[in-house]
Amino acid sequence: MKRFVYINDESYQNDYCDNQISNTKYTLWNFLPKNLWEQFRRFMNQYFLLIACLQLWSLITPVNPASTWGPLIVIFAVSATKEAWDDYNRYISDKQANEKKVWIVKNGARKHIQAQDIRVGNIVWIRENEEVPCDLVLTGTSEPQGICHVETAALDGEIDLKTRVIPTTCIGLDSEQLHKIKGVIECPIPDKDIRRFDANIRLFPPFIDNDICPLTINNTLLQSCYLRNTEWACGVAVYTGNETKLGMSRGVPEPKLTAMDAMIDKLTGAIFLFQLAVVVVLGSAGNVWKDTEARKQWYVKYDDDEPWYQILVIPLRFELLCSIMIPISIKVSLDFVKSMYAKFIDWDEEIYDQETDTPAHAANTAISEDLGQVEYILTDKTGTLTENKMIFRRCCIAGTLYGNESGDALKDIELLNAVADNSPHVIKFLTVMALCNTVIPIKSPSGTISYKAQSQDEDALVNAASNLHVVLVSKNGNNAEIHFNRRVIQYEILDILEFTSDRKRMSIVISDSQSGKIFLLSKGADEAILPLAYCGQQIKTFVDAVDKYAQLGLRTLCLGWRELSLEEYLEWSRLFKEANSALVDREWKVAEVCQKLEHTLDILGISAIEDRLQDGVPETIEILRQSGINFWMLTGDKQSTAIQIALLCNLISSEPKGQLLYINGKTEDEVARSLERVLLTMRITSSEPKELAFVVDGWALEIILTRYKEAFTELAVLSKTAICCRVTPSQKAQLVKLLKSCDYRTLAIGDGGNDVRMIQQAHIGVGISGREGLQAARAADYSIGKFRFLKRLILVHGRYSYNRTAFLSQYSFYKSLLICFIQILFSFVSGIAGTSLFNSVSLMAYNVFYTSIPVLTTVLDKDLSEKTVTQNPEILLYCQAGRLLNPSTFAGWFGRSLYHAIVVFLITIHAYANEKSEMEELSMVALSGSIWLQAFVVTLEMSSFTFLQFLAIWGNFAAFYVINLCISTIPTAGMYTIMFRLCRQPSYWITMLVSITIMFF
Amino acid sequence: FIFDFFNARLHFGCSRMQMYPLEMEGNSNPKTTNKPKYSKFTQQELPACKPLLTPEIVIAAFALIGALFVPIGLASLHASRQVVELVHRYDASCVPVDDKVGFIQNSRTDKTCTVTMTVPKYMKSPIHVYYLIDGFYQNHRRYVRSRSDKQLRYKSAAHLTSDCVPEGDTADHAPIVPCGLVAWSLFNDTYTVRVNGVVTQVNKKDIAWKSDKNNKFGKNIYPSNFQKGRLIGGATLNESIPLSEQEDLIVWMRTAALPTFRKLYGRIEKDINANDNVTVVIQNNYNTYSFGGSKALVLSTASWIGGKNNFIGIAYLTIGGLCLSLAMGFLVLYMVKRRNFGDPSNLSWNR
Repeated sequence: MKRFVYINDESYQNDYCDNQISNTKYTLWNFLPKNLWEQFRRFMNQYFLLIACLQLWSLITPVNPASTWGPLIVIFAVSATKEAWDDYNRYISDKQANEKKVWIVKNGARKHIQAQDIRVGNIVWIRENEEVPCDLVLTGTSEPQGICHVETAALDGEIDLKTRVIPTTCIGLDSEQLHKIKGVIECPIPDKDIRRFDANIRLFPPFIDNDICPLTINNTLLQSCYLRNTEWACGVAVYTGNETKLGMSRGVPEPKLTAMDAMIDKLTGAIFLFQLAVVVVLGSAGNVWKDTEARKQWYVKYDDDEPWYQILVIPLRFELLCSIMIPISIKVSLDFVKSMYAKFIDWDEEIYDQETDTPAHAANTAISEDLGQVEYILTDKTGTLTENKMIFRRCCIAGTLYGNESGDALKDIELLNAVADNSPHVIKFLTVMALCNTVIPIKSPSGTISYKAQSQDEDALVNAASNLHVVLVSKNGNNAEIHFNRRVIQYEILDILEFTSDRKRMSIVISDSQSGKIFLLSKGADEAILPLAYCGQQIKTFVDAVDKYAQLGLRTLCLGWRELSLEEYLEWSRLFKEANSALVDREWKVAEVCQKLEHTLDILGISAIEDRLQDGVPETIEILRQSGINFWMLTGDKQSTAIQIALLCNLISSEPKGQLLYINGKTEDEVARSLERVLLTMRITSSEPKELAFVVDGWALEIILTRYKEAFTELAVLSKTAICCRVTPSQKAQLVKLLKSCDYRTLAIGDGGNDVRMIQQAHIGVGISGREGLQAARAADYSIGKFRFLKRLILVHGRYSYNRTAFLSQYSFYKSLLICFIQILFSFVSGIAGTSLFNSVSLMAYNVFYTSIPVLTTVLDKDLSEKTVTQNPEILLYCQAGRLLNPSTFAGWFGRSLYHAIVVFLITIHAYANEKSEMEELSMVALSGSIWLQAFVVTLEMSSFTFLQFLAIWGNFAAFYVINLCISTIPTAGMYTIMFRLCRQPSYWITMLVSITIMFF
Repeated sequence: FIFDFFNARLHFGCSRMQMYPLEMEGNSNPKTTNKPKYSKFTQQELPACKPLLTPEIVIAAFALIGALFVPIGLASLHASRQVVELVHRYDASCVPVDDKVGFIQNSRTDKTCTVTMTVPKYMKSPIHVYYLIDGFYQNHRRYVRSRSDKQLRYKSAAHLTSDCVPEGDTADHAPIVPCGLVAWSLFNDTYTVRVNGVVTQVNKKDIAWKSDKNNKFGKNIYPSNFQKGRLIGGATLNESIPLSEQEDLIVWMRTAALPTFRKLYGRIEKDINANDNVTVVIQNNYNTYSFGGSKALVLSTASWIGGKNNFIGIAYLTIGGLCLSLAMGFLVLYMVKRRNFGDPSNLSWNR
């Protein structure tokens, strides 16, 4: 599917939507129905609506319908208002964006119009520091080289400037021509891939070059980017409105459900079934009693011939009476405490990173409890465990190892001498270091040069080269300038063979401006470069060097070069251009073509870059492993480096305490045998106190995941630790999925764009807002500044959240069941007719007020101090195994509510028997008994008390009396004077006291 | 409980909370940082007391509860035993024939009935006269809501009888005042009391709650169309007396929460000595026979906990005793098999 965009041609413009952005979910007219519809998709809300509707039938309602309608409307109004407010804000910001004035070209003249009126095909003019209003294909800039700089932070979170270039066919057009330009752009239908734009452009005559010219993402200005350091730029609108890359990638991510939420839903379902059972049993009992007994009770005056539906009346009354079993307040309470947990994470000073000035942030406010239940942590290596601050440490050039003694090649006299002596190998090596990259040098007015690099490795290499007097001075368009010992060398960059995670190498084709010679410079992972060495080159020393460096935990890159003949280059260049303008499978085709050039390289040497471990990583891993969390390290790095880092950060232990099992092999058979062997060893030694870990590389993993998934799943269950190296982003995500399918709670932590898929896949995604941009942090549920904060996030925040929610949710059911059981017990002494013991006001206040507010302070409860938890991380096991919220603990709370209800009810009806058995008084005695019990149950269940908890529990308790005394002064109220009478009776207080002591047994 | 952490100064920073966005603002001002502002609340460091249930505290608590409850129990029981109570069931003995329902429903039968009781102990005035009914569901859903409180209170609300069905309006659609099943079924047995043969006044003034007389039942509302239907429920009302003075009705309309209840009939404001003969002439009108309920006459004095009720006393003594024995048990266990407090080797993963 393709889209043809005719530049500056109004006859085609109406084929596509205009540039009106709409992020709003609702309109003024559909808000109410749509919002209600959305809210009623939840089972709980449907249930409450049904109950509320049943209550409108006065024949069956035991209490005033307001007692359900009130809270229901409040809850709905609160959610609806929140939605409306959010949507209104979106509308306002859309309006601002839509009405912003932009310059476009119309009929050959520039015109100032509103951004929403931009049409596909229009030429849009942007000035410096302006926001790009829609997706454009660049056609001109103020810079003579045809480049411009953009900031893409709003799109991908990366804060460095990116260079965008105009397509070659548009180079050299002056501003006059740009107004009249005509042509066609062939591009794919809108998609959300912000890294890819496989299109091509053809200008119509009279424009000089009417060849097809390929377009990539580098030729575009995407919506929401800002133009920087460039006076102006203009481009053709290709995607507008909600069809832009940004608009397409918008969308609500699937909400994550915590294990706890799932459990609460399950328990709610169980209570619902229980409620139905109660209704059926009591309903039929009530009907039987009515026919056998109630008809004799002349004062009740039952009619002898009743309509058929009378048989439903008593069951329905019980349904309404029992409807409070499912607490209407639980949703609101849970939302409140969950957002508090998230706030506590945002506010936490101890997980604030001083160095980068980043506080922790909980983007997903609903899943804090899951943090306490994590069983597997899948971690990235570079930037997550390590600092991702690359420093060039050692190198091996033409068989000589530099930097062995001091550990810093830049201070190695031998290397410095070699540079001074113009040793050809060393110079070539340094030239490749300086040129074979995508770094942008930026010259400050004072003359110093700084480098902007997307890859930390490249940054380290360029800086090291400049320290060794091979300085990359400038890169203007296709020209690169290098200073070497006061000599200026000019190169023309002909082609860049970009790095992809599949190719694991990048190359660059340059021509020396003086000699006109063409070179291919390559750098990449050793296994991607070394096999390309020309026949006969001795690569043994390089292989040894790579091993040696890897054992030191250094990252190695292999550098190579080759001189190209002009014919070879021209021949290849044509293929390359063709592949680059392909619209389908471009990436694959380009890779194919690149391979044709990258061969018979002259291997120059190996560079070794150090990436230090972050502070506190070993301790953090140690403690989290003690708390029963299993660690898997997933990295794109090579096996030996990965193992080295794993040893350094306590992930694995060295022999004899631990043992590493390798799964490798190139063919399916080898991998299968290897896997079988490892599995066997695992099974045998699983009882021994030996720490086993397996290591697998991306190649073997690919085979395993497609062919031997079951065996690997078994291995995953057996193994507490694993190292997966050379894995691709999608393999990372697959591993997360595999562990999820075994019912493990997984947490994925990473820092780069290659971790995004794994982060989104896992139950909990944690992003480290690091040097590789904010991409991972944006996709994640939690973002933190350093790996070591994970300890506190899990052990403190996760654990507290779990404990608190476990109490809150079960308590919510307990208190609802308590009052419901009292009602049921009362029905046994009131002729099973469904009389409500409590009046409507009391019932409503009990549920939404008296019992909801004190328990909310559970967000401040701490069962153990943070220190104790960190010292005894094993305690996390209770959360992991879900020991605080499961059917059996819930059964405990259920039994407790039944027991308490029986106690309160029996004491009440015996203490208030005979002449005292007045309905209003007895009901208030039972209600007070429940309130007293509540206050003491909450007190007993909480472990620590701040003044807020005191205030909430006992203030609420006092409020109960104040409110009821107030109501007792209203003459029209049913409970007029009741509370005053009770408070004057000694027997009332004695009854309360005996009710609460029962709690101790 | 020991609250020992409370001396620290409380620092509640709720109002100063802010959201800290991830995006960096300009770094021109070195003081702008994203560091969360410190407050004890945001750091979850509010001073808190952590009551530990140590063996000592638990034993002391149980002992204390026991020590508190036993005396309260004894006092309640004593008060209850001070009350002199005479209960005489008369529903069966007052109907001489086998067809009890037919007898009670027949308006022409003579329903006078005399019962005699001997007072066992000295009864100090005021002596409360109650009628006790058993098996009568005043709390039945159909019954308990069959009334119109507005109608009882406001003259203009006489027509508000929708809740009173089937005793709301008469056949010709005139509103019944007071309407509803509760009023309709008003108790209508009467008692005439003689002590040692001397007629003794049973004072029926102020038997209802004062608040009901003043605020729930109107002074200007008179019964109308009451008990004029095909079926007569219970007592009739004197149409010249306002509802606020119809104390029997007011007492009856304070519906009972349990199927067994006593309601105040009146007070004897004269002491009765031990061994005095009390003879009561009963007009046995009220039908409890069709549903197998019972009726009794109760004479009772009162104490500070109300009428005779041993339940509270027994409950307190039981719980007090239980607590004391638990305290003893724990104490023995604590002496014999003591465990070191806070010993990490007892943790489940260390064992």
